Amino acid sequence: MDFINQHIQEIYFVIFCIFIGIEVISNVPSILHTPLMSGANAISGVILVGAVYMMLQIPGDDYLNLTLGGIAIFLGTLNISGGFFVTGRMLKMFSPKK
Amino acid sequence: MEAIIEIGYLLATLSFILGLKFMSSPKNAKTGNLIAAIGMVMAVVLTFVAGYTETVPYTNLIIMLAAIAIGTIVGKRLSDKVEMTGMPQLVSLFNATGGGCAMLLGLVEANPMHLQETELTSQILLIAGLITGAIAFTGSIIAERKLAGKVKDYRTMGVVFSARILLLLMILLPVIYFFGLLPIGFAPFVFALAGLAMIYGVLFVLPIGGADMPVVISLLNSITGIATAFTGLVYGNKVMIAGGIFVGAAGIFLTLLMCTAMNRSLMKVLAGKFKKSTGAVS
Repeated sequence: MDFINQHIQEIYFVIFCIFIGIEVISNVPSILHTPLMSGANAISGVILVGAVYMMLQIPGDDYLNLTLGGIAIFLGTLNISGGFFVTGRMLKMFSPKK
Repeated sequence: MEAIIEIGYLLATLSFILGLKFMSSPKNAKTGNLIAAIGMVMAVVLTFVAGYTETVPYTNLIIMLAAIAIGTIVGKRLSDKVEMTGMPQLVSLFNATGGGCAMLLGLVEANPMHLQETELTSQILLIAGLITGAIAFTGSIIAERKLAGKVKDYRTMGVVFSARILLLLMILLPVIYFFGLLPIGFAPFVFALAGLAMIYGVLFVLPIGGADMPVVISLLNSITGIATAFTGLVYGNKVMIAGGIFVGAAGIFLTLLMCTAMNRSLMKVLAGKFKKSTGAVS
């Protein structure tokens, strides 16, 4: 019960987000499936926020975790930059047809 | 200062909603991509500003900035070089990086040096984020290899069966652990789980037909989103929870849409059932 009392806000938040997420893309035409997938993939790179937050907490002489954290940041950045650039390139192919 | 950062996170969350909304209509798709990208950069910069104090060692800053710079350049170059036909592979690869990032976060946070007397809820969330991240990581790599034609479909009863056992283990082991029946520390336990989850990711994608890969990538993409949301719950960071859940929910919905468009049910795709005669499609 304590758990429910403490986390009720997060629970509401998560449930609303689920419905927003579904609602927002409910009218996508099938031609946009792949770019949308790629765009959503780029958005999931928001995990980088967590990686940056974590990296700022690691002690400066803890080299193992610094290395792991550095790799995590590199991977997260790669997901974001690659994701958005590749989506941009996919969408560029659509423009002449309109 | 706190207020500014909170507002910034709120704007970033809104930019994700708007981005997804615009990306689902052909006319505005490009604007949507741009909006979401701006929101993302804002969220990362704000986190940096909010968390930075004088006590942060220089080594951390240097590693972080170098990793961000290299990541950006590599991402740009990879997406510039790719052929039109190779794009789904690249999306899968980028999805793998997101999952890998989530997995590494879980591993580092599980290290006893940083996890001081955290409560049970955070530990469970941490494990959930780590497992989902690891599955998305190896699963996406296999999906990418399959699209590239380097890995063939490998569907035997052994693979399917051991995948199910692993899935069961990944649910049961944490339950046993949290009842105190496993006499090992938290860090080794987490490392073992990460290993199991990585193997499961491989076995999960191996039996699925190559032509179904877009659907699988979409599914793995939504798993990365869910991993992000779990990690966001550990940190109590709203923009991570929101972004992760949007991707998770939209990803599953999109997966179902893609299945409908291909006239196949998701269950059939996952079971790897496929008529031999149509094997040459796509």
